[in-house]
Amino acid sequence: MTWAPAFLSNPERFMAFSRWAAPMFGVIAALLGLAGLWFGFTAPDDYQQGATVRIMFIHVPASWLAMFAYACLAGASFLALVFRHALADAAAQAAAPLGAGFTFLALVTGSLWGRPMWGTWWVWDARLTSVLVLFLFYLAYMALRASLDDEVKGARAGAILALVGAVNLPIVVWSVEWWNSLHQGSSLFAKGGPAMPPVYLTPLFLMGLAYTAAFGSLWLVRIRGEVWRRRAEAAMARAARS
Amino acid sequence: MLHLDAGKYAAFLWPAFAISAFVIAVMIGNALAYARRWRRRAEELAGQ
Repeated sequence: MTWAPAFLSNPERFMAFSRWAAPMFGVIAALLGLAGLWFGFTAPDDYQQGATVRIMFIHVPASWLAMFAYACLAGASFLALVFRHALADAAAQAAAPLGAGFTFLALVTGSLWGRPMWGTWWVWDARLTSVLVLFLFYLAYMALRASLDDEVKGARAGAILALVGAVNLPIVVWSVEWWNSLHQGSSLFAKGGPAMPPVYLTPLFLMGLAYTAAFGSLWLVRIRGEVWRRRAEAAMARAARS
Repeated sequence: MLHLDAGKYAAFLWPAFAISAFVIAVMIGNALAYARRWRRRAEELAGQ
């Protein structure tokens, strides 16, 4: 992987990079989150949705991160499968619980938004069902990795599962266009620009960046944990042989 | 001015924010605890 940046392909350099990058992203996430909440709660109630419009500021970023984390999981799995790179596998394994957390939040906050607006907690429509399938893929990936003691076999099986699950990502994104759905279409990437006023767009943008920075920080922390776990288990294996 | 009165939607708005805060706090705590646990273990084994 000569094309990869050294700080991502070399574990030692990654550990040096992530040591300062993880807390930096964490601080950025906290500051952006506070700003997003301030703008979100100073924005007026929506004329149709009332105060529930503020659920958008946590639901939409969680949904973005649910998909972004899976894209990271699938990308890292591809690199681990093709190049047998241990750090890429650690990155894939570290992304899964975070992605599952954000997907869970997307489902729960969506349900809490849907009940007063749609009159139901849940419908089996394409968007909601494909996000539930995404959540199940995260759980299946983590269960598969936990069930295999052999790290190499686990990495290979997990990577294949992650890449199969990546097929679901475009379905999640375009489900609202391909099928009739109770879920609304994209308001941000609509033709002719965002279909929402700046008073809502600003906090949504800030919260989206805050969630992304939080994911970046937590991903780096978890990858560091994975690197240490593998070092510890390698040391234990050496001690057991000698 | 902060609009904290959610009126009839309070039962939906505040649980959404509370659950989000809780899950994010769990993700932070879990990630830090995982990294700390294995760092200590790796350092113990390296010192032996």
